[in-house]
Amino acid sequence: MSIDAGTIAPAAPVGPEAAQPETVQAKRSHGTLPISLATIAAIVAGWSLASAYGIVSPLFLPSPLTVLKAIYNVAINGFVDSTLAQHTLASLLRIFAALAASVAIGIPAGLAIGTSRIGKGILDPVVEFLRPLPPLAYLPLIIIWIGIGEASKITVIALAMLPPIILSTAAGVKSAPADFTNAARSFGAGRLQILLHVILPGAIPSILTGTRIALGAGWSTLVAAELVAASQGLGFMIQSAAQFLVTDIVIAGIIVIAAIAFLLEILARLLERWFVPWAAHR
Amino acid sequence: MSVLSLQSVSLAFPVDRDSRRTRLVLDGITLHLASDEFIAVIGRSGSGKTSLLNLAAGFLKPTSGRISVDGEDIGGPGADRAVVFQDDALYPWLNARDNVAFPLKLRGVAKQERRRRAGELLAKVGLESAGDKNIWELSGGMRQRVGIARALASEPRFLLLDEPLGALDALTRARLQQFLLNVWSESRTGALLITHSIEEAMLLATRVVVLAPNPGRIVADIPAGFGRQLLAGKPLQEIKDSPEYRRLHDGLTGLIHTDSEEAA
Repeated sequence: MSIDAGTIAPAAPVGPEAAQPETVQAKRSHGTLPISLATIAAIVAGWSLASAYGIVSPLFLPSPLTVLKAIYNVAINGFVDSTLAQHTLASLLRIFAALAASVAIGIPAGLAIGTSRIGKGILDPVVEFLRPLPPLAYLPLIIIWIGIGEASKITVIALAMLPPIILSTAAGVKSAPADFTNAARSFGAGRLQILLHVILPGAIPSILTGTRIALGAGWSTLVAAELVAASQGLGFMIQSAAQFLVTDIVIAGIIVIAAIAFLLEILARLLERWFVPWAAHR
Repeated sequence: MSVLSLQSVSLAFPVDRDSRRTRLVLDGITLHLASDEFIAVIGRSGSGKTSLLNLAAGFLKPTSGRISVDGEDIGGPGADRAVVFQDDALYPWLNARDNVAFPLKLRGVAKQERRRRAGELLAKVGLESAGDKNIWELSGGMRQRVGIARALASEPRFLLLDEPLGALDALTRARLQQFLLNVWSESRTGALLITHSIEEAMLLATRVVVLAPNPGRIVADIPAGFGRQLLAGKPLQEIKDSPEYRRLHDGLTGLIHTDSEEAA
């Protein structure tokens, strides 16, 4: 049966057949890895040549080696009163505090949208208002409301993370087959039991995907949030370095942010594989 | 002994979302299922077979008529009527044992006891060694057996079987028919089976109910004793070769066939 489904309708894998295109894709992404590495090497080589032959002034584009030295230097001696580790820790703490807050609010809100007409009626306009807004637009307002301290930074990042988590939770709730809830009802489950034992576990793959998207949104908001009255953080470090035209540290900061985002993405994917191995088999 | 009763039950669905017009899906269905009976419902697609089961399960509310268990109206779905689904509806985040134990968990049975009873039920369906397996590691036939064990775990008075063998290959299907028959005779629960297969209906059921479409209504309700013969150990081929079997098979085929010509 799986062979039939595979040959007749390869575009719509269902059930166990879903594993098939996944392995195909895994092969494909393995196939692009050498090309991607070559691309990165070419960019670094071009960058080296551009700075070595003075095509671009080192003030604007320091050489890769200078940037590496800058990373090392910031890691050991620090920049604007903090080491690279301290800047990174400050940023990560903000990101994860915001993540915790947006998960704590977003998952119940998403469940309410996905399961209840009243919940959807109340929360839909709020989410749809918030979702397209650039965080920079409401940052000043948040500062007026709750000041320039840590709370306002975390709030802004959390607000940016909230819509993807709410929407992915609601989508996860709706994607559950009706038979899942019907089965539980026919075994005598009450509303709360269905929510906790059927709807929530069924939505977790979607929630994890939403969390990954939220982390992306969080990082892009981080730099903006750290522009205002911060004394530590990767965004603050970049901003300070730019004011003194220390371009190597600006680039170093960008590379560190990219590397951390990359690592978080890998971590999120590993969590997905550990916690919801069944998601690949739906 | 319990009886699940549908009395003059009709069901109408709205034709589309905005209109007030409705389409009659089932009309004047009266059916009594006693807890020692096995009723098979057959009929063409669109005759409302699955709607009938969804009404009995309590997933749908009848437009008119009464559905009751021992004279008491059913308010909705309940643990006295466990459903086995065509697409198994097993929870992929639970392993086979925890799926079977799920109805017990809902009732607050302690973990040790749940494991023990789930183990027993898995043994009963011949899957004692598959308890720790993930759902996606099981074949279609094994999944349906887990689904049946899960339904039995809620100790229902009635098993509602919504084409549970419909998606299986012929060989597995034949094996599971025999298995279903054994489970029914041992568990002493009433069974309501929805099926496309005349043969399956005849071999399993004590009564075969035929639904005709547009609107769905009962056109025949015929007793059958082949399942009991099979349980008594009579060889399958001998049963199929018997004149009574052929006569009923021809009769039922005729009923469904006539009906499709009428519709065309």
